[in-house]
Amino acid sequence: MNLNVPPHAVRNADTSRVDLLLIAEMVTSGARVLDIGCGDGTLLRLLAEKRDVDGRGIELSQAGVNSCVARGLSVIQGDADTDLVHYPDLAFDFAILSQTIQATYAPRDVLEQLLRIGKRAVVSFPNFGHWRVRAQLMFGGKMPKTDNLPDRWYDTPNIHLCTIKDFLGLCKDVGAKVERTVALNVYGRKLGVSMPLFAQNLFGEQAVFLLSR
Amino acid sequence: MSETPAAEGFADYKRLEQVAHPQSEIVHFPAHEKLPLDCGASLAPFSIAYQTYGALNAAKSNAVLVCHALTGDQHVANIHPVTGKPGWWETMVGPGKPIDTNRYFVLCANVIGGCMGSTGPSSINPATGRPYGLDFPVITVRDMVRAQARLLDHLNIPDLLCVLGGSMGGMQVLEWASTYKDRVFSAVPVACAARHSSQNIAFHEVGRQAVMADPDWCQGRYLDEGKSPRKGLAVARMAAHITYMSDDALHRKFGRNLQDREKITFGFDADFQVESYLRHQGLSFVDRFDANSYLYITRAMDYFDLAADHGGVLANAFAGTKTRFCLVSFTSDWLFPTEESREIVHALNAVAANVSFVELKTDNGHDSFLLHEPELFDTVRGFLSAGALKRGIAPPEGWLP
Repeated sequence: MNLNVPPHAVRNADTSRVDLLLIAEMVTSGARVLDIGCGDGTLLRLLAEKRDVDGRGIELSQAGVNSCVARGLSVIQGDADTDLVHYPDLAFDFAILSQTIQATYAPRDVLEQLLRIGKRAVVSFPNFGHWRVRAQLMFGGKMPKTDNLPDRWYDTPNIHLCTIKDFLGLCKDVGAKVERTVALNVYGRKLGVSMPLFAQNLFGEQAVFLLSR
Repeated sequence: MSETPAAEGFADYKRLEQVAHPQSEIVHFPAHEKLPLDCGASLAPFSIAYQTYGALNAAKSNAVLVCHALTGDQHVANIHPVTGKPGWWETMVGPGKPIDTNRYFVLCANVIGGCMGSTGPSSINPATGRPYGLDFPVITVRDMVRAQARLLDHLNIPDLLCVLGGSMGGMQVLEWASTYKDRVFSAVPVACAARHSSQNIAFHEVGRQAVMADPDWCQGRYLDEGKSPRKGLAVARMAAHITYMSDDALHRKFGRNLQDREKITFGFDADFQVESYLRHQGLSFVDRFDANSYLYITRAMDYFDLAADHGGVLANAFAGTKTRFCLVSFTSDWLFPTEESREIVHALNAVAANVSFVELKTDNGHDSFLLHEPELFDTVRGFLSAGALKRGIAPPEGWLP
C-alpha cells in the first residue's frame, strides 16, 4: 500500500498559498511583523502587498537571507532557538512562526519568546495527527512521508513534530490564549469551525494558530 | 625595494600637490567656523575635499554618502589624480551600478586627518606656517563624521538616503547612524565592528612603530626636513595588507611559487611571489599616502568604541533609531569577523530597529568589499532600491521587490 501520493505541483502551490493567505488574514493592516523562518520571503512579500506591514524576517539559510535582502526585504540570518532573546518585550504586533516550530530544538522556549516579543503570535505547523500520517505509521510501519513532510526520517529538519492536540496542550502549559485555530485539509481548504477537535486533528493536514498572552 | 630618488621625489611631489591643491571639490571653512574635536581641541580653519557623482533631485531625497576606509580617499569612481588608476569603488558606484549615479547623488569626502585635500597632518598649520606634523590634534571617527555633517550643512543637504562604507568607512556609517539619527534614512556598514578589537589595535601599533622607526620620519617633521619615511610606511602597509587577505586567498594566488627564478637563492631577495607582491603593495602605497596621516587615522580607528560612548551598552547608541540598516560581513574576513557584525545586529534588534544582515561567502578576506563580489552588488542594489522606493524614487528597470 503506497500512501505517498506523488507531489502535485499545482495542488502543492495552492495549499501553501492558502496557509499564507490565512496568516495574512490574521495580521492587521500596517502592523509591525517579525517572520521567523521566513525562507525566500514569500510571506513577507504577501504581507507587504496585502497588509502594508512593517515586516522583518529571520532565516537560518544564508542563501534565503541573501535573496530576501537583494529583493529589498529586511531579513537577518539567525536562528529561532537562539536569536529571539535579543529582541525587547512586545517589539512586534505579530511574531509569526510559519512551518518552523517543528524544526526548533526547544519549541516551548521558542513559543514563550514569541509571546514575549509579539503582542500576538501566529504559529503554523504540519499536523502529525493527520489520518494519512497515522495510517502510514500504523499500516506501513514506517515513518510517514507526505507532501507536507517529504523528508526521510534521517534527513528531516523536523525534530519536534506534534499534533494539533499536542500543540494546544503546550499553549495551555505556557499560558497562551488561543484566539483562533484553523485547520486546513489536504487541499488547503479550511475545515468547518464547528468540527470537533478530534476531527480537526484527524483531517487537518496543517494548522494555523493565533495566540496571545 | 627602492625606486630611483628622482622617481621618489616626483611621486612625493604629485602626492603633496593633492594636499595643497586637490583635484577635487573643496570647501574651506574659515577660522570662525571651528570644528570641535573629541580630544577637546578644535580645528580651525579647516578644509574638506570631496567628490560628487550624479545629481541631487529637487526634493533632495537622493543623496548617498560613501565613507572611505583607512587608506581610501574621496576618489570613489573617477581616475585617481595620483595613481592614474580607477576609483576604489568604481565597481559599485556609477551609472547603472548598484549605487546608481543615474538615480542617486553620491558624495564622498576625504576624512579629516587624511592627505588628499581635507585638513590633515601634512596641511599647513596656520599658527606656524609649517606643516602640522604631530602638532595636528588626534582625531576620532566621530570627528570625521562631524566634519562630513558640516560639509552637508554647507551643501544644504538636510539628510541622506543612505550612508555606506566598508571597514573604517563602516565605522563612520555606524557613527553617522548613532550621532545623526534624523539625517540617516538608511545605513550600510560593511565588514566593520562597533569597536576596534585588541588584535586590530595590535596590528595598527606594528604599523605605526614601523613608520616611527624609520629615521626619515624625523619625529614627524619629515616634510620640514625634505624627507619621507618611505621604508617605514611601506613596511606598515605590507603588514596591514596581510590582514586584509585570507590565508586561503594568499595560498590560491601565490602558494609557494617562486618569483622569476627556478629555485631558491639562499639569500634575502624576494624569492617567493608573495614577498614580491607585498613589496610592490608597500612601494605603491607610499607614493599616494602620507605617513603621519597613517598614524592619525589608524589611531582614530583604535579609539573607536561605540558602546563605550553610550554607557557601555551598544544598543543605547541606536535607541529610538528609525534608520533602516543593512549589515554585510564576509566569511573569510578575520580582521572584522562576522561575529562583530552580528553583535551590532543584536544591539539593533534590542531596539527593534529595521535591520538586514548578510554574510557573504568568499575567500577574499577583509578586502572583499573592494573586490568583484556579485552578491555584495545584489545586496546593495536591492537594499538601496527598496529604501529609495519608500522615498518616492523609482527603482531601476527590471528590479522588483
